[in-house]
Amino acid sequence: MNAQVPATTPMALDVKDLHKSFGNVEVLKGISLRAREGEVVSILGSSGSGKSTLLRCINLLEVPDSGDVTVGDETIRMQRTRDGKSRPADQAQVERIRSQLGMVFQSFNLWSHKTILENVIEAPIHVQKRPRKECVEEAEALLAKVGIAEKRDHYPSHLSGGQQQRAAIARALAMRPKVMLFDEPTSALDPELVGEVLRVMRGLAEEGRTMLVVTHEMGFARDVSSRVVFLHKGLVEEDGRPEHVFVNSKSERFKQFIKG
Amino acid sequence: MDWTFTLETFISLVAAIPLTLQLAATSILLGAFLALGLALLRLSGVRVLDWFARFYVFVFRGTPLLVQIFLIYYGLSQFPAVRHTMLWPILREPYWCAVIALTLNTAAYASEIIRGGLVSVSHGQIEAARACGMPRFMVFRRIVLPLAIRQALPGYGNEMISMVKATSLASIITLMEVTGVAAKIISETYRAIEVFIVAGVIYLTINFLLTRLVHVVEYMLSPHLRAPRLRTPVQGESK
Repeated sequence: MNAQVPATTPMALDVKDLHKSFGNVEVLKGISLRAREGEVVSILGSSGSGKSTLLRCINLLEVPDSGDVTVGDETIRMQRTRDGKSRPADQAQVERIRSQLGMVFQSFNLWSHKTILENVIEAPIHVQKRPRKECVEEAEALLAKVGIAEKRDHYPSHLSGGQQQRAAIARALAMRPKVMLFDEPTSALDPELVGEVLRVMRGLAEEGRTMLVVTHEMGFARDVSSRVVFLHKGLVEEDGRPEHVFVNSKSERFKQFIKG
Repeated sequence: MDWTFTLETFISLVAAIPLTLQLAATSILLGAFLALGLALLRLSGVRVLDWFARFYVFVFRGTPLLVQIFLIYYGLSQFPAVRHTMLWPILREPYWCAVIALTLNTAAYASEIIRGGLVSVSHGQIEAARACGMPRFMVFRRIVLPLAIRQALPGYGNEMISMVKATSLASIITLMEVTGVAAKIISETYRAIEVFIVAGVIYLTINFLLTRLVHVVEYMLSPHLRAPRLRTPVQGESK
């Protein structure tokens, strides 16, 4: 069931020694993380461990203080300002790389003034400049895939949380991303709606999508992911195949964490 | 009440409506662009620009429109330097002086309304746009501004109504819009009641239609705030 890929598969994402502080609080203390094409990496950790910050640093929604992010074979170029702060050297490059990373947010963040279909075709048409007709066809196929084809002309506020999150997944997929980033995609959902979103994510994993998933869903981490990464206080505390780490992790903290 | 006189007055005042509408429409339109600029200065995060916009709003909101009209119409022409610039052909026209004063004034109020709209746009929706790789200006144009306009429209409707009424001050600098014509008729006939009732009814009618118009635009722009109503899908429909 778990997506395992051969060690020769090219890297889709390579994060090296990422540091990030907010004021005096150091949230990421040097995190390295790699994902080969087709791998599903679950990122676990208690709140405040830096999971979301890590994900947001990868597509530069937060600017890391130091460290490298490489998507495919392109490393995001950074520079230092005169006051020592880090910032991207080339905004156009950041935008290009963002368009290759599909982000799914905890709170969906669909554009409330656009219908579900308009949400899905917005970036393909305006960012990737693809022909509208092609985008609409692809969007309809994606909406069918996540099971909300009949909601295409509805507005986000008319959908349940689970439907909105599935629409958000379709929106991210419409960019044909190299890597999908999920930031606690089920944490804002009522328990009975979690399943429908996880099913969609499972389907994506099975078709060989590269995914980074920050989650609290132990079942998903255990059954679907090819690797589990456990963060603790801004550092990688555990990194391995789920069948290993869930059974014989040496980390006391991880054992504590999965016990609940 | 003298109905014949009232009817004659009505016909004279109706003829002045185009000028009233022209003053209001021009200054609301120009004022909207200026207001957007001011709101963006307020939100620019650059302290000098922010304080400039704050000062502008402080001055134009804190002084009477009438004083502003006087200063622009009578005040500027006092300076020989102004009379020798390219702007003089504009600044010597009472019409343009009124438009300038109304524009500068409404921009101050409207910038605060627009700023409120811009600030109300949820951070998450902006982030989603950035995460798709949209450049900053595209995020603004495609996501932030459309959402802000929807939020600001009810408040902006109020401001537009104020502006329609404020055009009556242009009569002070000789413009023959509705109030100007009304004042002229009164000075000739000394029949204030009929004339001002007719003028009042005309303003009321204009503003009634204006509020309906704003309401219709509001309705069209906010299907996402109403209960879902299934409609037949139109292929490729979107803005």
